[in-house]
Amino acid sequence: MVDRRYLTYFDWGLLALTFLLASIGLMTLYSAVMAGAPTPQKALFTKQLIWYGIGLVAMLVCILFNYKLMERYAWLIYGGGIGLLLWVMFFGKTIGGSSRWIVFGPISLQPSELAKITVIIILARYYGKYVSGRGFTLKGLQVPVIMTLVPFLLIVRQPDLGTAGLIGLIAASMTLFVKIEKRTLLFIMGSGVAMALPMWFFFLKEYQRQRILTFINPDRDPLGAGYHIIQSKIAIGSGFLTGKGFLEGTQNALSFLPEQHTDFIFSVLAEEWGFLGAIILIFAFLVFIFWALNIAYSCRDPFGTILAVGITAMIAWQAVINMGMVMGLMPVVGVPLPFISYGGSSLLTTMISVGILLNISMRRFMIE
Amino acid sequence: MSKYLKTVDSEWFRQRLTLVMVCVVAAAVILILRLIFLQIIKGQEYRRMSLNNSIRLQSIDAPRGLIFDRNGNLLVDNRPSFDLYISMKDARPVEDTIGRLATHASLDMTELTGRVDGVRGAAYHRPQLLKRDIGRNALAVVAAHRYDLPGIDIQIQRLRNYIHSGLAAHLLGYIGEINTKELQREAYADCRAGDLIGKFGVERTLEDYLRGERGGRQVEVNANGQVVRVLRTVPARSGHNVFLTIDSRLQQRAEELMKDKAGAAIALDPTSGEILALASAPAFDQNDFISGLSRDKWNALVNNPHRPLENKAIQGEYPPASTYKIITAMAGLQEGVITPDETIFCPGHYRFGKRNYRCWRRGGHGKVDLIKAIAESCDVYFYQVGQRLGIDRLAWYAKAAGLGTATGIELGHEGKGIVPNATWKKKRTGIAWQPGETLSVAIGQGFNLVTPLQMAVFTAAVANGGVRFRPTLVKRVVSWDGNEILSNTPRVAGRLPVSPETLTLVQKGMWEVVQGDRGTARIARLKDTQISGKTGTAQVVSREKIEESEDGASVHKYKDHAWFVAYAPSDAPRLAIAVIVEHGEHGSSAAAPVARELIKTYLEAPADPPVMAVGAGGPRNG
Repeated sequence: MVDRRYLTYFDWGLLALTFLLASIGLMTLYSAVMAGAPTPQKALFTKQLIWYGIGLVAMLVCILFNYKLMERYAWLIYGGGIGLLLWVMFFGKTIGGSSRWIVFGPISLQPSELAKITVIIILARYYGKYVSGRGFTLKGLQVPVIMTLVPFLLIVRQPDLGTAGLIGLIAASMTLFVKIEKRTLLFIMGSGVAMALPMWFFFLKEYQRQRILTFINPDRDPLGAGYHIIQSKIAIGSGFLTGKGFLEGTQNALSFLPEQHTDFIFSVLAEEWGFLGAIILIFAFLVFIFWALNIAYSCRDPFGTILAVGITAMIAWQAVINMGMVMGLMPVVGVPLPFISYGGSSLLTTMISVGILLNISMRRFMIE
Repeated sequence: MSKYLKTVDSEWFRQRLTLVMVCVVAAAVILILRLIFLQIIKGQEYRRMSLNNSIRLQSIDAPRGLIFDRNGNLLVDNRPSFDLYISMKDARPVEDTIGRLATHASLDMTELTGRVDGVRGAAYHRPQLLKRDIGRNALAVVAAHRYDLPGIDIQIQRLRNYIHSGLAAHLLGYIGEINTKELQREAYADCRAGDLIGKFGVERTLEDYLRGERGGRQVEVNANGQVVRVLRTVPARSGHNVFLTIDSRLQQRAEELMKDKAGAAIALDPTSGEILALASAPAFDQNDFISGLSRDKWNALVNNPHRPLENKAIQGEYPPASTYKIITAMAGLQEGVITPDETIFCPGHYRFGKRNYRCWRRGGHGKVDLIKAIAESCDVYFYQVGQRLGIDRLAWYAKAAGLGTATGIELGHEGKGIVPNATWKKKRTGIAWQPGETLSVAIGQGFNLVTPLQMAVFTAAVANGGVRFRPTLVKRVVSWDGNEILSNTPRVAGRLPVSPETLTLVQKGMWEVVQGDRGTARIARLKDTQISGKTGTAQVVSREKIEESEDGASVHKYKDHAWFVAYAPSDAPRLAIAVIVEHGEHGSSAAAPVARELIKTYLEAPADPPVMAVGAGGPRNG
């Protein structure tokens, strides 16, 4: 089943980058759960290790078969993703007002995370089939818009606006990549503005407008999101050039950071390792993204190329939004930092993505 | 390798990918520039801020809205309570600080240490409550020794203050700490554990108006935990002030009159349904609930056989007794089963089936027409009217009079009462309706149950020509800066389904009750004001039972409940009243004088000028 030639073409570089990011992630998570809180939450670290184990297995499974099978079974995979989202809608576990979780014994999964990949696969199939170089027109965009909208709305309902927005961004990125015909693009942007303006001025109530403004600019809410952001900025800034040292971050240890092991984990890293540590992480992500884009380039099959671009977009957007958020450049949304943030489903999704990238990479010369 | 056929050539994809890479680099550059700004340019400043851990959040509690009566007399306000807080991180060494605090302010050392041990595990950097309501003297001492007491902070909290202790306790209600169940409810979404919310009375039902909106500030503190700079402030918004419809003078009078009794007295404006007084006796003192009720006091309240915690005006359900004859009379006239001139002979009893139904006057009333039947409350007359009507028609008129449904006043736990009919009885007891039971119902005994408020609202409807208003306690709601949030407009709940002629006849009968020579409530007469009314004497147990019991009717708990409903002045009513005195025996002797005094107070005695101008604002947030 696994041809010896695959080993020759195996992408050791991408695997090494993955291990580098995973190591940075585990180290930072260790500090976030051990140095903070009166009672260290060591269990979270152990759980994350187990999830990395599960993720590695999932990654290996993802390279065993030819990725082109995913093109053939794209609808099945997509249907499975929607099925899981429907399942969670009716039987999901509700935590903190939103039902996102499916629980199997000790494991709980967020289908919305996996839905990201299923949308990427189905869109890659569609665009791979119809990409022409001239760009898509409104007519050609109807199907992909519906493909995105179905899981998007199901996830909005949970509600998990962060993940839903991310799916929208990924779909938009993939669509822009395969090119939208110029007039169509102008039309979409124009009608977007034309709809948003009257919405803003006539349909939204004052408090709704305030809420959106606060979302865009957390400074307007000094007691809520704004407070978190200022503490996060203090954490990052106080790291200075070389940081306060491993396990020495005071903002981290005294629990000034909200969600320090999930969404705000970058602040922990930047506080303890300073500018040097943070820049290393940013470069690691940058190299990873370029590597993945190179895989997209060397793939000679439109499906594979677009699939690789979609996956890259997913990881890149999450990294940019998360880091931008904790540095006070972006609204506060619950988007995890790939490889680094605590969270099983997100990690599993990231590792499956790496697996798909490895798959595409090692079959780049295999044309059958 | 290149034999693969492409739909678009790889050169095209290369161009697109180059575009993507430019975007990625641009994003990375922005992130790196931001990082440089935060960590290198402003790094020193943030390092300093992080070393002090100096940015804190303080919350500003919103003052609860004030409650006034209809004339602007202040009934409920807030008084400051000075609470001691400790920030464990700043107070180190904690034992020494606590020791100094105890000596300076003469506070109990063991109590303070106990409290400190209790909060040790909680959020380290957050101020923890050490002692509530330390009083002004201790406050002055602590403030003077501030620099000797690192990490000790004083916060001012407002406590609810019921100005006239015990006045309108059931109506105003009280507040208390929110419980876990309430915290999960949508209505309390912006509350936190430890918040005080309305638990009873209008404090509870008007919670949304009275509760303000919490504010807060971001502050920078120094190494001692004391605030050196306020960075941002979101002001709290005070709760709205509520003007009730009650007249505190009349309310006070009603409570005086009901003192040492158990029961309720209600007075309302028959032209609008606005409640002027609503007293339930015995009462309690709400201020006891604010500083925490001792176990003994609580037990005394709960175990008192006269149920002081119950608002009898709306929760108490009693047989309406002879006051119900107003409804029987209206139904009989309207349905044409009697005419005003028809007379019925009352020999003191009425034989129906196998049973002998007695009139309250053993000797009988002789020849009785409608007016005389109402004035002298002849049971035999109404037995026959009830028999002619049948239970279904009687029940229909009772429902139309507003019985059997809650009136919808702004108070919780309102009782609905019971309007019995054949289906109801079958469902409730499984036994078929006995024709004789209709006779009992016709004179307000049997399964009939009403609340005093229902009777007051019904009496008001008789007085004003047949309009049944939804009773209300809220006159106006005004925000602290004077904007009117709500202004009461009378709401009609229904109309009495009787012709003006019928109503005039019933009113005439009720006038005779007080003003007539042989009326049952001649005791209620006033010199200058004409009053109309109806007495009632509700049996607690059947007469036979009393006679069977060894000590007879002298036992208090077997004594009848006394009712009186009234309105005045008879020609242009401005006040409608319902009074019930539990075990007061006769409506005429126990309940009617209460109504008379209320009418006298409201209509004859000059009103005091209001203590506080209407519309005056409460304290601002701070």
